[in-house]
Amino acid sequence: MPFIPHTDEEVRAMLERIGAASIDDLFDEIDPALAGADFTTLEDSVDEMTMLAQLAERAAQDETGPCFLGAGCYDHHIPAAVWDIASRGEFMTAYTPYQAEASQGTLQLIYEYQTMMTALTGMEVSNASVYDGGSALAEAVLMAMRASRRRRNARSGVAVAGACHPLYLETAANIVGRQGIRLAPTGYLDDGSADLDALAAMQPAAVIVQQPNFFGVLEPVDAIARWAAENDVLLVAVANPMSLALLKPPGEWGDAGADIVCGDGQPLGVPMASGGPSFGFICTRMSLVRQLPGRIVGRTADRNGEAGYTLTLQAREQHIRRGKATSNICTNQGLLVTAATIHMALLGRAGLRRVAESCHRKAEQLVQALTSIDGVGRRFAAPFFHECVIDLGQPAQAVLSEVAGSGIVGGLALGPMYPELASCVLVCATEKRTDRDIEACRSAFQAALRR
Amino acid sequence: MSDAPVELRYASSHEWVRNEDGLITVGISDFAQESLGDVVFVELPEVGEMATAGEEIGVVESVKAAADIYAPVSGTVVAVNENLEDAPELVNQDPYGDGWFYRLEVEDEAEIEELLDAAAYREHCDSEAE
Repeated sequence: MPFIPHTDEEVRAMLERIGAASIDDLFDEIDPALAGADFTTLEDSVDEMTMLAQLAERAAQDETGPCFLGAGCYDHHIPAAVWDIASRGEFMTAYTPYQAEASQGTLQLIYEYQTMMTALTGMEVSNASVYDGGSALAEAVLMAMRASRRRRNARSGVAVAGACHPLYLETAANIVGRQGIRLAPTGYLDDGSADLDALAAMQPAAVIVQQPNFFGVLEPVDAIARWAAENDVLLVAVANPMSLALLKPPGEWGDAGADIVCGDGQPLGVPMASGGPSFGFICTRMSLVRQLPGRIVGRTADRNGEAGYTLTLQAREQHIRRGKATSNICTNQGLLVTAATIHMALLGRAGLRRVAESCHRKAEQLVQALTSIDGVGRRFAAPFFHECVIDLGQPAQAVLSEVAGSGIVGGLALGPMYPELASCVLVCATEKRTDRDIEACRSAFQAALRR
Repeated sequence: MSDAPVELRYASSHEWVRNEDGLITVGISDFAQESLGDVVFVELPEVGEMATAGEEIGVVESVKAAADIYAPVSGTVVAVNENLEDAPELVNQDPYGDGWFYRLEVEDEAEIEELLDAAAYREHCDSEAE
């Protein structure tokens, strides 16, 4: 029997039912410039030798000098063993290996991953990951709105306390906006941290706070958590998992902790790779587990009493709940989670902490070096983890282009995202930056600023 | 053939209602529990919550499915069956007794009269089973 999902007649009937003239109408929200990609100029095929040469040429365009750019994607050392193990065929080439009878290895690995993430975040349960930090935030917002739908009453919208990653917010707004959920930024104070008075003036259903925030600044998370608990507002934390090796886990913020913790897992063994792919994580309390989207692996016992692993709480998901599933997340980032789990296992609790401490020290060293230049200073006074906003006193984008000329990836110009910070650059130092890198960075900035 | 006691009223979405002077007890029918299979979790409303007839008020989850439960009539939730948290199997064992879900103080008793009686409900189940 041929596999023909829909006849022309059925397609017509379905379109008529929903009032659309054609299938193309269903995609009218996509920018025509994106939809109209022209593939006809591509050659039908190229041989391997030509293809490798072309790719090598493209790869050479990557900036490979010392990297002081963070802003959500971080240049950490990844032990060689991580990807050597993760690249084994059993992990790398297995497709959707979630069948309990056949995939105990992968399922156990995800269970260990979930356990590690709950330990890092101080939460009770984790899912098996989602696509990236932005989609994790979108899912966390949807989850918070589902969980608070009963007591929400007159409340609407989700407050964003302080500086949260603009790309995460854009992604989240794009996804949740379709369901009528509005994200309301409450601004930041002159020291770079969240404006608690502006937050207190709102009656949101949930509040998002990023720690460290997009400026690298440490937020007053205990105060925000207490305000959220007192006002019956669900608290969504966006966290950098590497920073959690050093900072108080969101599960312990204030008196009751955060309700949902999400973020991007890239710092845990995933290469920067020109910006992706990455993986997103979401952890929560057991009381909200049925609102948690995505796959969850549980441990159980088989008929002989032996430990076994299997997907659990599947009744929330789309293959059973169809249109009423908790999300349309269909998958997780299995391979990157495999790498992250191996990475965390190799480093261990103490190793992760040493990396985080080293990042913080190097960042302090970097900030000291840059602010020793005349006319250059810290923009925000609040304490930071491994990223900091530096005010160059002149348009930052032009300076960064000069700095790039000396082979240094100098950071992120904040002007395009925050017009009021057009003279500012967000810099980051990880454990990989040497004294020599930092000196090269300082001297490149100094030379660029002199021109 | 599933059981549908004559003293109760039923919604076509398979909830039953026992009326005691405008205070009603709500659960899901024998037909519903049988169709769902082993119930593993029931998400109940909160006491004090306003229920609107025909709107979702909770979820019942079994090993093979998850289904919304709807408020058969409008009113205020005055009690929920907390035993279901630790013993959701009560829904399967005793759907019209210990497996009740919640109690409502009804706004308009006339709404109860609009629900199906046992005979009409059995007919409804037969038509769904076909």
